[in-house]
Amino acid sequence: MRNPLSEQVVNIKPSGIRKFFDIVSEMKDAISLGVGEPDFDTPWHIRDEGIYSLEKGRTFYTSNAGLKELKIEVCNYLKRKQGIDYDYNHETIITVGGSEAIDIGLRAMVNPGDEVLIPQPSYVSYEPCAILAGAKPVIINLKAENEFRLTAQELLDAITDKTKVLILPFPNNPTGAIMERADLEAVAKIVIEKDIFVMSDEIYGELTYKGGHVSIASLPGMKERTILINGFSKAYAMTGWRLGYACGPKEIIEQMIKIHQFAIMCAPTTSQYAAVEALRNGDEDVLEMRRAYNQRRRYLMHVFKEMGLECFEPYGAFYVFPCIKEFGMTSDEFASRFLEEEKVAVVPGTAFGECGEGFLRISYAYSLDNLKVAIGRLEKFIKRLRAERQGA
Amino acid sequence: MREELLSIIEKNSRINVQELAVLLGVEETDVVNELADMEKEGIICGYHTLINWEKTSQEKVNALIEVRVTPQRGQGFDSIAERIYKYSEVHAVYLISGGYDLLVSLEGKSLKEISSFVSDKLSTLDSVLSTATHFILKKYKDHGTIISKKNEDEREMITP
Repeated sequence: MRNPLSEQVVNIKPSGIRKFFDIVSEMKDAISLGVGEPDFDTPWHIRDEGIYSLEKGRTFYTSNAGLKELKIEVCNYLKRKQGIDYDYNHETIITVGGSEAIDIGLRAMVNPGDEVLIPQPSYVSYEPCAILAGAKPVIINLKAENEFRLTAQELLDAITDKTKVLILPFPNNPTGAIMERADLEAVAKIVIEKDIFVMSDEIYGELTYKGGHVSIASLPGMKERTILINGFSKAYAMTGWRLGYACGPKEIIEQMIKIHQFAIMCAPTTSQYAAVEALRNGDEDVLEMRRAYNQRRRYLMHVFKEMGLECFEPYGAFYVFPCIKEFGMTSDEFASRFLEEEKVAVVPGTAFGECGEGFLRISYAYSLDNLKVAIGRLEKFIKRLRAERQGA
Repeated sequence: MREELLSIIEKNSRINVQELAVLLGVEETDVVNELADMEKEGIICGYHTLINWEKTSQEKVNALIEVRVTPQRGQGFDSIAERIYKYSEVHAVYLISGGYDLLVSLEGKSLKEISSFVSDKLSTLDSVLSTATHFILKKYKDHGTIISKKNEDEREMITP
């Protein structure tokens, strides 16, 4: 029989997080600090709208680009939060999570051989999506001394004649890094100068703890060259509803809708009705969740300091990214031993790019009580490692 | 910080000052001062514990009593409310809009104890016109906490 598989797909590496999760699910009383989704349930009034839409028999497809009401609310939200004017009719598409928007956005924008700049450490989907779209991913290794922000110089150094798209993944998973207005202005200047496009993944945009999130699309001259991606999973704890959106220039969105209509048809109808409620009446919920995350973030920074564990202070998402270089082992070794000996799962930084070596991703999408138990074990583990190194 | 501090201690009054300071990102002395101020101002009225008595061997019966009363000249409902809340059996008294005037929450050891309180003490007060007693059969949620629900992490393993 002939080989039924596509070489391109076979050559894509599976996600590095998988391995640890497989062990955790087998291990009894293992606790995880690895999960990348909110620990909150979707607020009841949002769920209630979903249920109500089912009761009313709203079980048909919506239009391909999404429910008109929802697109209008998305545009209202971006106007209210970022001061950006998007046309709901031509510049907005509702997708199956932010992840679909990343995929179809790249496919709509790149030609074979085009280069897509991917700052790392970052979410694991950009690279495979770029490859599947026929582009060549070019990695920008972000640095701890810059708090894992993208600097203008780093961007400039990575740009070639073939560069088409820069992916801007902030607030960042896994580092928790943010880009503040001044950082973005420096990047935007080069983007415009070099005439490239930006895919700004702002899925954690509601979860920042130092001023509000600034979208690069809100800067002068950037709206026309940015695909802004966001969704409901993180801000409203709606991961399972699978709903996101993209806003951008009409000509790009049109092509994204084309792919979306052939591959997906439309995003889930029930989720779209629930999301309308989230955008209309969900501000208070977001505030409450952000507050809880922020308390946990402060707690973690405090205990790391007490333990003497090096970690820059992250101001976004729900991750901290401590440095474990002092222990003289790789992230993978550290995470494996920590899981084996203390039964706590964390994700090695290398799962998010080679430059994540020497770091761990710790998620604080867990209750304070859970965090305390896990941190207790981390403290024990670290003490043992330090004692080992002194003995050696 | 006041609002956030209150929202933390409303759920966990046992949390210590050091931890509050960490969670709020402020100095310990700020927390101490703020707590003292709010106690003085009567914003914080106590630090109580939410107990699910059903799980203990102790018998407790709770009832809510709707009370219709005649308000008194110059004092409105205040003086009759005071007469009622002074009884130690009375847990809470609220002035209510709608079909009746006061809602009285009672706690007793038995049905008998509560019914005798209502018939002997409450309904015999001069200004009380009528009462309607509702016994609480089961508490599902109290003070914003769902009673006896297990908190399990149902998130499945997913990558990326």
